[in-house]
Amino acid sequence: MLLSGRSRWVLRIATGLVLVFLYVPLLVILVLSFSSARTYIWPPPSLSTIWWHRALGESGPRAALWTSVKVALAATTIAVVLGSLASYGVQRFRFFGRNTVSVLLVLPIALPGIVTGVALNAAFQQAGVALGFLTLIVAHATFCIVVVFNNVIARLRRLAPNVDEASADLGADLFQTFRYVTFPLVRSALLAGALLAFALSFDEIVVTTFTAGAGIQTLPQWIFNNMFRPNQLPTVNVVAAVVIVLSIVPVYVSQRLSADPTGGLTADEDR
Amino acid sequence: MLWLLVIYLGSLASLLLTSLYTTNDFTGNLVKTITFTNYHELLTDPTFRIVTLRTIGIALAVTGIDLVLALPLAFFMAKVASRRTRRALAVAVVLPLWASYLVKAYSWRVMLDPSAGALVQTFHFSPGFGVTATVLVLAYLWLPYMALPIYAGLEKLPNSLLDASGDLGAGAGRTFRSVVLPMIAPSIVAGAIFTFSLSLGDYITVQIVGGKAQTIGNVIYRDFGAGNLPSAAAFAVVPVVIMVVVLLVVRRTGALENL
Repeated sequence: MLLSGRSRWVLRIATGLVLVFLYVPLLVILVLSFSSARTYIWPPPSLSTIWWHRALGESGPRAALWTSVKVALAATTIAVVLGSLASYGVQRFRFFGRNTVSVLLVLPIALPGIVTGVALNAAFQQAGVALGFLTLIVAHATFCIVVVFNNVIARLRRLAPNVDEASADLGADLFQTFRYVTFPLVRSALLAGALLAFALSFDEIVVTTFTAGAGIQTLPQWIFNNMFRPNQLPTVNVVAAVVIVLSIVPVYVSQRLSADPTGGLTADEDR
Repeated sequence: MLWLLVIYLGSLASLLLTSLYTTNDFTGNLVKTITFTNYHELLTDPTFRIVTLRTIGIALAVTGIDLVLALPLAFFMAKVASRRTRRALAVAVVLPLWASYLVKAYSWRVMLDPSAGALVQTFHFSPGFGVTATVLVLAYLWLPYMALPIYAGLEKLPNSLLDASGDLGAGAGRTFRSVVLPMIAPSIVAGAIFTFSLSLGDYITVQIVGGKAQTIGNVIYRDFGAGNLPSAAAFAVVPVVIMVVVLLVVRRTGALENL
């Protein structure tokens, strides 16, 4: 398109600055995890791996990490099953209240997390359910379902409905059609949704605070509880650095999964 | 489906119900009689009004900053960059999104620290902890949520339209105002809903870099921590009402499909 050389350069510089803005905080943490100091003083007086050695030996963050993984796995599993069924139902069948359902599915991501958290907490209290591991999973599954739903329905909308009809004409029943035709076609969208759901659950702290039992601590909660304790700072730095490095994994996987570099985040796949 | 219906709507209903209860001053137990005490307090206590307005102000500022930052970035990605650069940039914008929210907020705390943080040591300036820091960090956190929808919207915008506008004599600024902006308005609205809603309910960032500043989320969390669930629930209805109003207004633009 017609853009003067100067405006191209302005755009290029603006993009560069935004990228610097996005990445400097992450780099600062990576560097600080190798600081020899006990605090987050900048610049680090000297570099050392001493805190990495100590942090990797600590049991607190490791237990929290394990809790987070378990919750995220359970919530993602529930979300994959229910989210894909829901999207299939909404896309393929016309039924009473179909539009209401679509709006309903936007709500958990349009409302702030703290509302979801307090609401779920109030619901559990009213129902007389004690907060614990299960309530945490249920809470996480609730917003994970939406993520899976959005990813799958974006793909389903793109698929020609006559594929299903052809399958039916050839004598397949509803289940067979789903198993052999629809499912293989939506598989990558489903995986991308599952990945995103896992990451969201893994990272979640607000809903977690309101729905986890007293003895349960996820990794984000561990970081939050320890960042205000001066003598824990070196460990927090290392844990934070580990989390940053780990975040490359899902990006890499979603790159492989689909040509969509955003991992389906924009729920937009028709390009 | 039933899950969402039962658990999500059910819990929103019990949020409303709980907001009508009170707690016993001595035992701290829920008193399950329906009164409008909490709402009366919300409407009459000036602190709540100040906190609500401050939070809306923060959310608007964050949305505005993100829009200003996201537009050139998304435009460069979608219309200027080569295919390969575009792909790399898309990954570069998404990657911070996968890095933990808490880690990012923490790293800003580290950088903003007025005594030994990276900002003060490098530039001899730091806004310190407070409302400014909160806006800055929230804008940082939610930037990808604004950039990605706008990028997706711009990608769908045919280049030929831009060329046509140029052929008809419009400069870059005019093309942007009269062609690009109206076409990507739904994407902008979708992104703005994210950044606005996410900022509206945040209390973690406020606790980490907000100093003494109070927002809706903080107050809810404080009431909740103090064992006053009804009061927390009543105040949690405030962002719900705000978001419902926003969504109702926005529904007319058709941006909901882009969420």
